Amino acid sequence: MSETIDSNTMKYKLINLYQQNKLAIDAGLTDSMNKHREESIRYFDSLGIPYKGDENYKYTDMMHAFGKMYGYAFKSPKTVVDPETIFHCAVPDLDTHTIILENGWYYAKNQEQSGLPNTIVALSIREATEAYPELIEKHYNEQANNKGQATTAFNTAFAQDGLFLYIPEGVVLEKPIQVINLLRGTNPLLVNQRNLIVAGKNSQSKLIVCDHTLSHQHFLSNTVTEVFVDENAIFDFYNIQNQHNQSSQVTSLFITQMKNSNTLCNTLTLHGGFVRNNIHIKFKGEHCEANAYGLAIVDGKQHVDNYTFIDHAVPNCTSNEMYKTILDDEATGAFNGKILVRPDAQKTLAFQSNKNICLTNTARFYTKPQLEIYADDVKCSHGATVGQMDEDALFYLKSRGIGGHEAKMMLMYAFAHEVLSHIRVPVLAERYGELVEKRLRGELSRCEGCFVHCN
Amino acid sequence: MLSIKNLKASVDGKEILKGINLEVKAGEVHAIMGPNGSGKSTLSSVLAGSERFDVDGGEVTFNGKNLLDMAAEDRAREGLFLSFQYPIEIPGVSMVNFMKTAVNEHRKYLGQDSMSAGDFLKMLRDKKKVVEIDDRLTSRSVNEGFSGGEKKKNEIFQMAMLEPKLAILDETDSGLDIDALRVVANGVNKLKTKDNSTIVITHYQRLLDHIIPDFVHILYMGRIVKSGGKELALELEEKGYDWIKNEVAVG
Repeated sequence: MSETIDSNTMKYKLINLYQQNKLAIDAGLTDSMNKHREESIRYFDSLGIPYKGDENYKYTDMMHAFGKMYGYAFKSPKTVVDPETIFHCAVPDLDTHTIILENGWYYAKNQEQSGLPNTIVALSIREATEAYPELIEKHYNEQANNKGQATTAFNTAFAQDGLFLYIPEGVVLEKPIQVINLLRGTNPLLVNQRNLIVAGKNSQSKLIVCDHTLSHQHFLSNTVTEVFVDENAIFDFYNIQNQHNQSSQVTSLFITQMKNSNTLCNTLTLHGGFVRNNIHIKFKGEHCEANAYGLAIVDGKQHVDNYTFIDHAVPNCTSNEMYKTILDDEATGAFNGKILVRPDAQKTLAFQSNKNICLTNTARFYTKPQLEIYADDVKCSHGATVGQMDEDALFYLKSRGIGGHEAKMMLMYAFAHEVLSHIRVPVLAERYGELVEKRLRGELSRCEGCFVHCN
Repeated sequence: MLSIKNLKASVDGKEILKGINLEVKAGEVHAIMGPNGSGKSTLSSVLAGSERFDVDGGEVTFNGKNLLDMAAEDRAREGLFLSFQYPIEIPGVSMVNFMKTAVNEHRKYLGQDSMSAGDFLKMLRDKKKVVEIDDRLTSRSVNEGFSGGEKKKNEIFQMAMLEPKLAILDETDSGLDIDALRVVANGVNKLKTKDNSTIVITHYQRLLDHIIPDFVHILYMGRIVKSGGKELALELEEKGYDWIKNEVAVG
């Protein structure tokens, strides 16, 4: 089962899997989702699984994720045990509306348990195709649609379920919504989760997505999330990635912003063997602001790759990016930050920063800022560093009696803190801080808070 | 308190300290003066335990213990304090957290319990008064965005918090205006007791008008070439370092 397989063979296996199960994939879904499949699988066929060296995958071999044999479930898991009772989130005391998805499938009891006010809509995307056909028709696959992303096309071909969230015009949600994605099974599993979020005009909402594994099998989760943020809306997206170190995770987040909207996305990667995050943000209206932050703390043989693409398609928008990584042992990581300022996008402000610390000689980090600027009245900056821990700062702390281990902890925490300081939910910022500290101290197990202890 | 015998140290194979001898007793203030590149800052860094320098010979005992065998953090916990010539900025580490960790690490080393938050804050307030440090500074990250004077005041504030037996002030006067110099010197003088000692490393006699030394040593080319009372500093101010250079050249 673990013999090496080349990427072309794997591609045909996956296409074959699609063709064999087309009926099961389509079952129970309307044309609004199904009509995109054929074109997407053809597109996936033409692109293939991204190879290392491809412009957008220079430092990441996707066959690490795709080159394993996985099972696939074309039906919702028959939940025998209520996930609520076996899982307690590692972010305690956070007052949120909680929604659970298991292996990419929306959990049937969410409605009664989440306590969401009836002013907003949270549904399985399956149900949404029936209940909100016009929104699905308008927004589904609108952004993700076959624009050079093989993994996204692959998702579109297979997608059967995920979260649909609709915050109608003018609704301000006080509490954040927390989505807990659980992966568990008795066999290796490939999951294509598909989420769609529509933030209506003048709405304000915050979403926290926690990714976990509850059993030790190899998992590959390939998740696509499309977010449409209408005029004057404010939307925050926090993603805490804490899957086990034999799992692979590919996420693709697409955000389109209309006039005067403001978004923030923050990706915290704690555990996970192989992680690739794609973030695409496009400004379609003027006077928008987008903030993209990421912090990854990796060790062992973990690999994490953050790819961001910010498309300044119109004038007068601002984007801020800050990505940081702390790498220990033989961990590797990459950052690719593309900023495109189109010819008419005057008065663009775009700032990007990528800082990384390698704690050992065997840890590696690759960073690639990629700015394409076609307008002349803009302010753009970028900075990238890969370094070791600051010896002078370390000596300064030691000279005050703070021991080597504690001093290193302090400096790593300080390094991480800059990313945490941009979180717009105060209590979440505190919890993030605790999670980061635990992770740095090596005290955070991936099964934190779970009493199944499957390993 | 501190006994340095024939201390030799180098960096990247270049010998900087070529046999330093110095005795500091409890309650004494020693000033070490010397021209640029004479090894003043190297001496303070080596004593504080910087790994940047290689110790090639000699011995240093601090309160009867072999100082050179100790890690930098243990030297601090034993009561040695270095006020840095260029204090380091550490964004993201708050002054309060920094000092609380430092104080408690000292206490742990001495077998004492951690300080309660209330006691710690009281101590913080009291010590702030001693060195006339602004409240704003302690609520910020360590030295981040501090002016030169603020950084030096902050060093003296840390010294007040840690109550060292031996304080080494490395060019604490450099970059200070007259008012800041007075504040810093007053802080040092207020912290002075008959049981603790101070080594003042300085280029100019100016600071020694405020912190009166019992002994003055002149460091030149890695050796202490002349020692005397406080009048030596005045003589040096008057005659300049060329006087020493010529004397050494002749000798």
